[in-house]
Formats: sequence, structure tokens, C-alpha cells
Amino acid sequence: MAEPLIYSDTQLRGILGRVRRIAMVGASPNWNRPSYFVMKYLLEKGYDVVPVNPRAAREVILGVPCVATLADVPGAIDMVDIFRASDAVDAIVDEAIALREAKGIKVIWMQIGVRNDAAAVRAKAAGMEVVMDHCPKIEYGRLHSELSWGGFNSRIITSRRRKVQIR
Amino acid sequence: MSKSEKDDFGFETRMIHAGTPPEPITGARQTPIYQNTSYVFHDADHAASLFNLQTFGFIYSRLTNPTVAALEERIASLENGRGATCCASGHAAQILSFFPFMEPGDAFVASNRLYGGSITQFGKTFKKFGWQAHFVDVDEPENVRRALTPKCKAIFVESLANPGGVVSDIAALADIAHGAGVPLIVDNTMATPYLCRPFEWGADLVVHSLTKFLSGNGTSVGGCVIDSGTFDWAQNDKFTGLTGPEPAYHGLRFHETFGDMAFTTHAHAVGLRDLGATLAPMNAFQTLLGIETLSLRMERHCANALAVARFLESHEQVAWVSHADLDSSPYRALAQKYLPRGAGSVFTFGVKGGYEAGVKVVESCELLSHLANIGDTRSLILHPASTTHRQLSDEQRAAAGAGPEVIRLSIGLETVDDVIADLDQALRRAAGLRAAE
Repeated sequence: MAEPLIYSDTQLRGILGRVRRIAMVGASPNWNRPSYFVMKYLLEKGYDVVPVNPRAAREVILGVPCVATLADVPGAIDMVDIFRASDAVDAIVDEAIALREAKGIKVIWMQIGVRNDAAAVRAKAAGMEVVMDHCPKIEYGRLHSELSWGGFNSRIITSRRRKVQIR
Repeated sequence: MSKSEKDDFGFETRMIHAGTPPEPITGARQTPIYQNTSYVFHDADHAASLFNLQTFGFIYSRLTNPTVAALEERIASLENGRGATCCASGHAAQILSFFPFMEPGDAFVASNRLYGGSITQFGKTFKKFGWQAHFVDVDEPENVRRALTPKCKAIFVESLANPGGVVSDIAALADIAHGAGVPLIVDNTMATPYLCRPFEWGADLVVHSLTKFLSGNGTSVGGCVIDSGTFDWAQNDKFTGLTGPEPAYHGLRFHETFGDMAFTTHAHAVGLRDLGATLAPMNAFQTLLGIETLSLRMERHCANALAVARFLESHEQVAWVSHADLDSSPYRALAQKYLPRGAGSVFTFGVKGGYEAGVKVVESCELLSHLANIGDTRSLILHPASTTHRQLSDEQRAAAGAGPEVIRLSIGLETVDDVIADLDQALRRAAGLRAAE
């Protein structure tokens, strides 16, 4: 078995705090697909999300034009969020490595159920941070007490008063 | 701080803090009671996100409520689960534990020593849903294997049975369940997560009556189902309620969309939404307060109960005592494995003189309260054959350890010598009755 993936809250908080612009590979235009849920949530939290999906490249998803490849994403990319099967990750990561300097890519994030250790090694060697088999929506919600609203175990214990942004 | 940075906080710390950081708007340190039905949307799009389950948040307190959610997270933490769903009672929790994956025509295997109310619910009321319970003696693994027909979707046992001092071999039962591709559901009410954590032994779902030791003071009826998050609902085609398209959410597939959060999300968004057995915020608050002292209370409950059990075992009016921490118990080895901190405070004994003597003992107590509850700070006494187990057949009563001479005790936190003195005088009075006959 592959070694378990453990990311500290400090690391996840750091990534989700620094990242602003996310290229979501495998984003779907169908409202009841998991990728659509995550894209909508991240947009609501103030992230720029650009959907990347060759099969939806002429469509507009949640108000954002979808592009076919990472190279087609206009402007910079802080993080690549991958909603594809684990064996499709190699090609995506290799494209991200090739574009790393031009686009400023700092993080490769693979969704729940997506894990490719070999691709992760290459991405880290190219200077990028890697998170696998996690969901940025769930982690953002967990770290900001929203996951707790659904009765979930956030594993966060604190006596500190959370700062609240009034929307 | 969290588990990933620290080895995990201790049980007692989580009893007091899990799920309840300071309220961020006011800084209130104790958890507010959100005595409130509904929550204002930012705009129509926010409302749509909430109704589509695309974002986290509150809509209506039948589904989720902030005080109830705080309790859910606390119990999920204590059981080391992924998520929890609180509901109106322990019986509601039992329905909710099956509801996400059972269909009419489905079946499950259950211990024949369950609490009498559970046997009635499973054997009678569940039939109206088309759910069939196969009751077996789970001490014999072969019985369980034989009863697991292809229609079976779960095994249901109590970690520590109410009331008979029976301990289930959770690890062995989990192996059988997983071999058949179904979850093991454990009612952990009598043990509480302080004495036993079934997920550590392979269970997949845990249910509680919060009414008992978790709230602890006899103030509030409530229930909870906790999901470990580790059962793979997609491993076979038995659990289409979680893996297939959900018509009430436009074909959303819960397992694909929510992963290890699927069960708990379904239990709120479909279970509580449509069954409606919601926990009241005030009851959630009382239970949060109770849990803050759980470890201290359970230690004393266990110590007092064992002292009373030893006293009764030596009493001339007592035929037998079934407490799993006594050397005489056939469940002693299982208790030492699964309940090393103590086998709880609810147990039974047989009074010499049968049904009438049993009634007389109960009616003669002046400190122990004659009522149908367990897990109170007060010591409680009951004659199951004339009360809680009255609806069962003689055969079912015998299997449940609730025969005519059986008395059930739930030992509280009083000075234990006072509890013993009250039982002694009641037993003497009952003996007087018998002598007069």
C-alpha cells in the first residue's frame, strides 16, 4: 500500500490562503457533478477559477469561459486542481511543469480519489507543492468551521475567537 | 491545532472542546442555544447553492441547527468518526442508521438480546417499511453467517446489551459483516465512547440514545448515528440509496459527490428532511453540558455499579447477578477486551421468589427510583417483565435476559453505601412477603 497522505492544517491553510487563481482540470458544465459543486463554492469564496476541459471548451461554466488546455488559460495560474482519473494525471502534471515558469504555477492539487505518486514526485522536483486525494472545498470548509455545520468531525480544537468577515 | 499537527487531543479535552469553539460574532464561550427555525439567505443564488447541497450552511432546523451541529461534531470526535447525525431519540437514530440504504424487501441480522424496545421496533414497526430483521444469538458466529441472506444489508448489535450484562465480540462480528460486504452497526449507548469505541474494533456505524449517559441527568431525550466514514458503499450493488442517483436531488449521487461524508449528508438532507425526527436545540445543549463531565461520571458509575453487583452476589435473597465485570460472568473476557475501564452501570439480577418478589423489591425502594430509563445520576430500578419488556413473548423475554425474576438496575452517582442499604431493605421486605405466603 502507498504511504498515507498527511497534510498539516498549517500547510493546507497556507495553500488556500496564498492561492487566488485556480485552473480546474476536468470541470463539468453539469450542475450536479462534483466538480461543479467545488467550482461554485470556490468562486463564492473569492477565488478565480478557470475551467479546463476540452469537451466543454466552447461552453461557459458558472460565468467563466471554459478552455481546452492549461496553456489556453488566460494569465497566471496559482494552482492546478485536477478532477480526472489518477492515470490521466501524468499528462496534466507534465503540462503544468512545462508551463510552471510562464504561468507561475505553485500548487498541484488532486481531488478525492485522485492520486499519482510518480507525478507528485516530478511536480515536487519542479518546485511545486502537491496535495493528493483531498478536496479544496472540504478542506476550506473544515478549516473555516463550515464543515462542522453539517455535523462533521473537523478535528479542530481551539479557544481562539475566529475572525468573521461580514459579507 | 488539529490532529495533523498534534497526535490528537485527549478524550477528556475533546469531551469539553470538540465542536464548540467560541461563538465568533459575540465571543460567547458556552455554546448558544439557537432556538430558531430558519436562516436568512444572502440572495437567491446562495439559497440555490444551499438547496442543491453545493455549499455548507443552514436552511431550516429540521435538517440542521447550529447547537445540534455542535453536539454532532462533539460525538463524532469522541467516537473517532467522520460525521454524526443527531435526532429526536435513540429509536429515531436506529431508523436513521438503516434509512440511507434499506429498501422494501431488504433484511438485516440483529442480536436477539437487544434492548426490548429495539426488538419491538425492528420486529414489528420495521416490517411496515418492508424491512425484515433476522434475530439470532450473536455469541455464535455461525448463527450470524447462516442468517446473512443475500437480502441482508447490515448486522446490528449492542456493544454492551441492555439490560443483561452481555458483551458483543465486535471485532469478530465486523469480520463477518465485511466478509458479506455489509456494515456492522453498533448501539454504544450503554458503554458510551468513554468505555468502548466500536470503530476501533471495525464497526462502521454507531448509534446512541443520548437520553442515557451522554446527557446523563435524565433531562433530555435524544439520539445520534455516527458514521466511521470508512465503509465503502460502492464495493457492491447493495447500497444504491447512497451510490445511485437520488431522485429528490435531481439525480445527485451521494457517494460520488460527498465521498466519506455521504452517509452523514444523506442522513440530514434526506433522512431528517423526510422522516422529520429532529433533535430540539435545547436538548442538544443539555447533552453538550452532560458530555463535558462524561469521563468523571462513567468512572464513578462503573465503580458504584460493581460495588452494588458484588453486594448483591453475596445476598441471600439474590439468585444470580449478571454484571460483565464479575468473575462469575461468561462475558468477563469480552468485557476485559472491549470495556477495560468498566462494564457500565446497568445490569440485572434475579431475585428469589420470581415475578411477585421482583415487583415487591421494586416497589419497596425508597432511594432508587422506579422508572423506565437508564444512565441517570440517580440510581434507577425496574422490573422489565412488568414494564419495558412487557410487549415481548416469554421466549423473547428469556432471550433478552428479562425473565419474571429479573430486576434491572442503573446505578447512579449517590454514596454507594446508601444505594446498597436501600436495596438490602427492599430485598428483606420482599423476602417477608414470600415468607408470609
